[in-house]
Amino acid sequence: MMENVKIRIKDLNLYFGKQHILKNINVEIPEKKITVIMGPSGCGKTTLMKSLNRLTDLNPDARLSGSIFIDGEDILHTSEDITKIRKMMGLLAQRPYPLPMNIYNNIAYGLRISGRKNKRFLDRRIEHYLRQVNLWDEVKDRLRDPAGALSIGQQQRLCLARGLAVDPEIILADEPTSALDPISSQTIEEKFLELKSNYTIVLVTHILRQAKRIADHVVFMYLGEVVEQGTAREIFENPREDKTKSYLKGLFY
Amino acid sequence: MDRLKKIEEGFFRVLMFCSTVLIAITLFLIIFSILYKGLPSISWEMISQVPKGGFYFGKEGGILNAIVGSLYLSFGSTFLAAIFGLPLALFMNVHLIRHKKLVNGIRYVLDLLWGVPSIVYGAFGFAIMVYLGIRASLLAGIITVTLFIIPIMVRSIDEVLKPVPRGLLEASLSLGSTRSETSYRVFFKQTLPGIITAVMLSFGRAIGDAASILFTAGYTDYIPTSLHQQTATLPLSIFFQLSSPIPEVQQRAYASALVLIFIILVISILSRLLTRKYQRNQINF
Ligand SMILES: Nc1ncnc2c1ncn2[C@@H]1O[C@H](COP(=O)(O)OP(=O)(O)OP(=O)(O)O)[C@@H](O)[C@H]1O
Ligand SMILES: [Mg+2]
Repeated sequence: MMENVKIRIKDLNLYFGKQHILKNINVEIPEKKITVIMGPSGCGKTTLMKSLNRLTDLNPDARLSGSIFIDGEDILHTSEDITKIRKMMGLLAQRPYPLPMNIYNNIAYGLRISGRKNKRFLDRRIEHYLRQVNLWDEVKDRLRDPAGALSIGQQQRLCLARGLAVDPEIILADEPTSALDPISSQTIEEKFLELKSNYTIVLVTHILRQAKRIADHVVFMYLGEVVEQGTAREIFENPREDKTKSYLKGLFY
Repeated sequence: MDRLKKIEEGFFRVLMFCSTVLIAITLFLIIFSILYKGLPSISWEMISQVPKGGFYFGKEGGILNAIVGSLYLSFGSTFLAAIFGLPLALFMNVHLIRHKKLVNGIRYVLDLLWGVPSIVYGAFGFAIMVYLGIRASLLAGIITVTLFIIPIMVRSIDEVLKPVPRGLLEASLSLGSTRSETSYRVFFKQTLPGIITAVMLSFGRAIGDAASILFTAGYTDYIPTSLHQQTATLPLSIFFQLSSPIPEVQQRAYASALVLIFIILVISILSRLLTRKYQRNQINF
């Protein structure tokens, strides 16, 4: 039915302490497409994203059950090195977290820890990825300035560049444009449309129009459950569930 | 209602002002009295020579033995404490992030240890020395002082690491770095200014403490040339001179205190400068 499935989430349940946060999630995410996760605030979108690269491991109260298959391998029960799995996924968090170093090193960091230390190589890659996120012209004269001095929007783009630089297969983006002006949001959106020929993109957004512009596939969540999922056309033109309909009409956020 | 608020505001304002002034005056009085009593005895001879015969009866000589001994001792123990303390603090905040209870347990133990008076560390060090048949020495002093300042070092670095947001850890991990890489390349860099302050705090405790070294480092009129020799220290030098009935010697005690304060001042200015340098790359979350 579907093209290549990159990520298959099967019977995923997540608890924070006694709270049941993700309830029986079954989702298929197609390869090299943009999958948009939508749903009201607090419904578990960020949590779902974080379980994809097992950042939920860091939470002492989190308990996970079920499976997440990436390329057929269950990353929740694998002997594979967790850092390798994480490296496969670039994460763009809900707010940018630049590393405490200069702009250049923010991108070089990921490359260096994977053993690529050649200066000329780094220079070229860094320019390449900064250009890719349309940040190069703004920062090319101050690559040695601390990343914390950039504006939030610039930081967000820097984080995207940093994530792309480690050559992931999947991009997880959690409301990447929530801190950006319309123009920068548009550049990011265009970037995603461009990137999807090479990457599998999972995107959380609250902006309905944005979702309509870029989604190939939509997952609609409500109170920790996946209410409906399907191609963008199915969901936007012909939603089956009442909850999806009223959300799309803007009846709740 | 409004009037009540105004009175409350006024009351707290006066309270805060008074405490500020009181603390400032106390500090000023301490420094002033030490300057007043010590300054006349400060001389080049005082800080460039070791005690000659009869020094403790007011004859020639200086306290170079104590100055150098104190520097050896405090630098040595601060260095040792940092070597063990920094990794522990990072470990608690990066690797053990899932084990909240364990980390809180460690914190509790360290806080207890912080509260133990330094004389107890001295007695402990002494007991171990007796058991092993070792005599008082620079090395024994360094080890005892290290034990004494490790809780201070770890807990103050820990307090600096605690507020680093989870998101930074997540960001670093999702770039494919291990937790150790994250510790040393991200957390360390982010908190370096605070770590320097923590190390400085520990250094201050190390150089100023007398009780922990009373039995462990011994005392001598010479500058130690090996770790196995006894060493003089400024706090003990102050103590011995102050307990003398001779006024000149007592005055020299204040001069020695002045030297001690001066060293701490220099170190803290240096650490401030370093802090400023490393604040550049810190992210304000
Ligand atoms: N660390 C945590 N400990 C306990 N509960 C948590 C934790 N993180 C999130 N939650 C809870 O899990 C639920 C889902 O949160 P999540 O952040 O995934 O929502 P979201 O869909 O991303 O919302 P938003 O659109 O506002 O970002 C919420 O009820 C939240 O309170
Ligand atoms: Mg969220």
